[in-house]
Amino acid sequence: MMATTRATTEERSAVRTLLRLWPYVRPVRTRLFTAAFVAVVASCTGLVIPLVLKWMVDGPVADRDPAGVWLGALYLLLLGLAEAVLFGIRRWLVARPLSHVEAEMRAGLYRRLQRLPVSFHDRWASGQLLSRGTTDLMLLRMFLAFPLTFLLVNGVTILVGVVIMLMQDWVLGLVILGPAVPVMWTCVVFERRYAEVARRAQDQVGDLTTVVEESVLGIRIIKGFGRHRSQARAFRELSGTLRGTELRKARLLATIWGVIVTLPELAIGAALVLGAVRVADGALSAGTLVAFLSTALALRWPVDSIGFLLAMSQEAATATERYFEVMDEVPEDATPTAAVASPPTSSEAGLRFENVRFRYPDAPPGSPPLLTRIDLHIRPGESMALVGATGSGKTTLTALIPRLHEVTSGHITLNGVDITAMSREELRARVAVAFEEPTLFSASVGENVLMGAADGAGKADLDRALAVAQADFAHTLPQSTDTQVGEQGLSLSGGQRQRLALARAVVGRPEFLVLDDPLSALDVHTEAAVEAALRQVLADTTALIVAHRPSTVLLADRVALLSGGRISAVGTHQELLRTNAEYAHLMSGEQGEDEGKR
Amino acid sequence: MTTTATPATDDDQLPRTQQADDPFDRDVLPTPPGATAALLRSLLAPMRSRVTLTTVLLLLQQAAVQAGPLLVAYAIDNAVPALRDHDHGPLIAVAVGYLLCALVSGGLQFAFIEASARVSQDVLLDLRGRIFRHAQALSVDFHERYTSGRLISRSTTDVESLRELLDEGLQELVTVVLSFVYISAMLLWLDLGLGAVALVSFVPLYLLVRLYQRRAGRVYRARSTAIAAVIVKFVETMNGIRPVRAFRREAANDAELAVLNRRHERTNGDALLEMARYVIGSRLVANTAVAAIVLWGAYRVASGSLELGVLAAAVLFLRRLYDPIDRLGMFLNSYQSAAASLEKIAGLLAQTPSVPEPSAPRELPPSKGELPGREVVFDGVRFAYRTGGEVLARFDLTLPAGQTVAVVGSTGAGKSTLAKLLARFYDPSEGRVLLDGVDLRVLAVPELRRGVVMVTQEAFLFSGTVADNIAIGRPDATREEIERAAKAIGAHEFISALPDGYDTDVRKRGGRISAGQRQLVAFARALLADPAVLILDEATSSLDIPGERAVQRAMSTVLRGRTAVVIAHRLSTVEIADRVLVMEHGRIVEDGRPDELIAGTGRFADLHRAWRDSLA
Repeated sequence: MMATTRATTEERSAVRTLLRLWPYVRPVRTRLFTAAFVAVVASCTGLVIPLVLKWMVDGPVADRDPAGVWLGALYLLLLGLAEAVLFGIRRWLVARPLSHVEAEMRAGLYRRLQRLPVSFHDRWASGQLLSRGTTDLMLLRMFLAFPLTFLLVNGVTILVGVVIMLMQDWVLGLVILGPAVPVMWTCVVFERRYAEVARRAQDQVGDLTTVVEESVLGIRIIKGFGRHRSQARAFRELSGTLRGTELRKARLLATIWGVIVTLPELAIGAALVLGAVRVADGALSAGTLVAFLSTALALRWPVDSIGFLLAMSQEAATATERYFEVMDEVPEDATPTAAVASPPTSSEAGLRFENVRFRYPDAPPGSPPLLTRIDLHIRPGESMALVGATGSGKTTLTALIPRLHEVTSGHITLNGVDITAMSREELRARVAVAFEEPTLFSASVGENVLMGAADGAGKADLDRALAVAQADFAHTLPQSTDTQVGEQGLSLSGGQRQRLALARAVVGRPEFLVLDDPLSALDVHTEAAVEAALRQVLADTTALIVAHRPSTVLLADRVALLSGGRISAVGTHQELLRTNAEYAHLMSGEQGEDEGKR
Repeated sequence: MTTTATPATDDDQLPRTQQADDPFDRDVLPTPPGATAALLRSLLAPMRSRVTLTTVLLLLQQAAVQAGPLLVAYAIDNAVPALRDHDHGPLIAVAVGYLLCALVSGGLQFAFIEASARVSQDVLLDLRGRIFRHAQALSVDFHERYTSGRLISRSTTDVESLRELLDEGLQELVTVVLSFVYISAMLLWLDLGLGAVALVSFVPLYLLVRLYQRRAGRVYRARSTAIAAVIVKFVETMNGIRPVRAFRREAANDAELAVLNRRHERTNGDALLEMARYVIGSRLVANTAVAAIVLWGAYRVASGSLELGVLAAAVLFLRRLYDPIDRLGMFLNSYQSAAASLEKIAGLLAQTPSVPEPSAPRELPPSKGELPGREVVFDGVRFAYRTGGEVLARFDLTLPAGQTVAVVGSTGAGKSTLAKLLARFYDPSEGRVLLDGVDLRVLAVPELRRGVVMVTQEAFLFSGTVADNIAIGRPDATREEIERAAKAIGAHEFISALPDGYDTDVRKRGGRISAGQRQLVAFARALLADPAVLILDEATSSLDIPGERAVQRAMSTVLRGRTAVVIAHRLSTVEIADRVLVMEHGRIVEDGRPDELIAGTGRFADLHRAWRDSLA
């Protein structure tokens, strides 16, 4: 039971991918570069200390020179202090900036996710998105803090070391350089394979996140059917798969590390034997050989570490890739799309659908559009009920008005203006929506309701909206309308949430109101009271109301029947009941029952 | 090093558990003292022999690495002079030795990384499984408060911190301990005095480590809480993306996330700065100690009480003595981060289910009559939240086998609570709920779940195919049985029309399923489960009238003879009920046959009239 979302990205080298981080790193570049420079200096300081020690032992100590000893010890102390402070400074320099880069990238991701089309969210499991915003970004921060700097520092160290060795004896130097080609080749092969496995592991973490999330969101079903064991089994299988991938990753890392340890060591061994022969021949001084080999041994750590530094970089590259999969998605444009060359719009006021066709952009090719031709006119101040069989596309149709989805062709106009000719901000300010599933956010009741209003709205608006929605229970909550609700607050019943969502839709006295089955969870008395109050609101509002039952339909002036992707009939409830068999069936269920009996 | 054994978290345990405000709000569930260390121990205990093996591999590998310089020394001191005497033996020995050394150290490195990854992955698998299983065992009311975001945080970012410790920690710790022991021994052997001074320098280092541990522990705990808050916000936004868009919450959300994000950024930076302080402090101590020892050594050489050669060797060792302190810092770093995360995980694992599984589960007696339904008895049941606030006043109620009971009443009257007690999502505060005479609290869980099924208003679909989702009702059902259930409820038509029919993935292309259709899937699931007692809690709210009729038909045919409790606002359901309960303010105020009640003058007659009017 898994949803896996794999966006296809073009093949990119790790370096090219990582370079995309530059815009985020740019603001802190000075500190980052300074830190890298400091790291190099600190490493060099570290290299000087043994030289001072050697000088002291060979010089002042051997010569029994107290002043020299004191001087040496002082140098030692100063160098030690410098080294300590430099290392500290390196970390201090990057501590805040790198956390800042991580936070900025996360904020950027969140900002983008909030503005991507709703159809994007339909496709992506939120666990996958979440893992991009957490574990992937942590990997990136660690990459910037450590491998990036040390690939540089170690690279410089190796380069300097090799030059020193070549200068000491170029023949031995070449022997040492021998494994460079096979090591690099291994690294390249490794990079490709590791990237693949690392990517798989990160995607599997995303899948795991999704299962955990669903296990909580669907906890009542899991418990109700006693499926927690099978759910746990599914989870175990998935985490077992992840373990397998991680082990493959570890094996690759182990291989590269093994190669990187063995090959240079073999070269040192060869240099040792060759050097010994040449020293015996008198072609080389013993001192040079010792110096040469100590340099080679000193390079051991920088070379060995390349394996895991590359691995970390590779993981950072796949994390970057995953991050930009989301960032590269095109957000909804903030500005009007059809602004200037506005298509022929009706001069009539109200809400109008003209020849609207809609199919989900991700629907399988060749499947028929969900809405084939919608023509509907809701006059200003009129409320229209929308009735249709389960799955006929009512909710989809309502989502087109605030442009949660974009029409495939045709036009929707508000008072004669095409909705694509205004900014989404403006459009959504004019059209208020109450969804079938009433979602409350982690905020107070008051804040949740006032979200639907313009900024200056206050207590009076709140109270009025609560009264309309018959949500006066809000005043009797522990902290009245300041009570926290939503995922982290007091849990309210379905009916209570629905009434608050309704209050949110009406609080801003919107010009256009879209209600998707707004009273489904209310009991009869409450429903009647809401209806009475809503009628007053609806008197001067242009509204589209999705309805399942006669009582809701009666809120509206007229009814539109959605059938087969079209508006097949428009009229009053009584008219349609008399003249339209499908409508009569939907409103009473009678005909269906008869069919069943026949 | 004693750091592994001491839970670095005990210091401020007490004040936190004594906090009066809600631990859920601040994401600090009380962790019993020592629970964190106990958790780590229990995770590592089954791995003991493999950890030992891994350590041995590492020790051997280090030995092979250390052999290199010895061979160099041997080559220069012995092989070169031998070569001058045309004796190739020693050089060949060196060549073979070095070859072996290289191959063995490479091979051991490979083996070590493999083995340690295996250990760490197995521990993580175990931990993830424990978190998940435990969370699944915890009751519904726990999840209502803990939120999915936090649970995600526990099983991803917090597990990730432990992984860092396991992946690098062992290697760091072993090499650090190894070089400390080896070099201290060499120093003491070279010169007792110098060695002793070097050992004395460990005292300030130890204090520094303790200080760092305490401070970093605090910072990491704050960081773990901070990232969980970010995750909760993320999840909430993603799950409510439609209202976010429709109500133009984007900017306000950006601002709210910025606050949480900044808190995480600050704690993250704090953690890195603590590390920077530790590095400066430890390096200062180490380098000062080197300078002091060299100075003292030089004076002793000058006064003739120390050989020059000994000082030279000691100085070389000294330098390497302090090399691992950075690595120790890194180890402590991952340890603190992991400890903070483990503490949170231990806090979660310490939560006990408020609806525990029975320790000595009982089976249901065989069904009495020919009807599949079973008798339900509420015996002196009262329910109140643990925080106070009575939801259901004490009541007795018997639902005979096979009866269909409609429960009506206004929002907050306690209807859903009654249903949840029967489905054992909650246990009563007083009294017992009996199914054919067996207390639900001692009834075996599989029996209970087979016997009692509840369909709620929120019809959640899991990732997977439509068929998978229906099969939750009975995992061993065949495709025919699944389709039969869907047909019985009137869901077959729309499912067949989906791109891949029953195999359509509900989260993938074309898998969009409306709220009404989801409720039908939920019904098909319940139908497939074929329970003795069926509870419908507002389960038809999103269905249109034909859909509702289909459900009623199914109840009078396929589900005939089951005991059914139906909570519905639409009184059409009442038409098929044998009995009606009217609830108000946590009490059953009316109880009788529907026609009797309608004929009377009570609340139900009133409600029914209002409903009739609404049908128009």
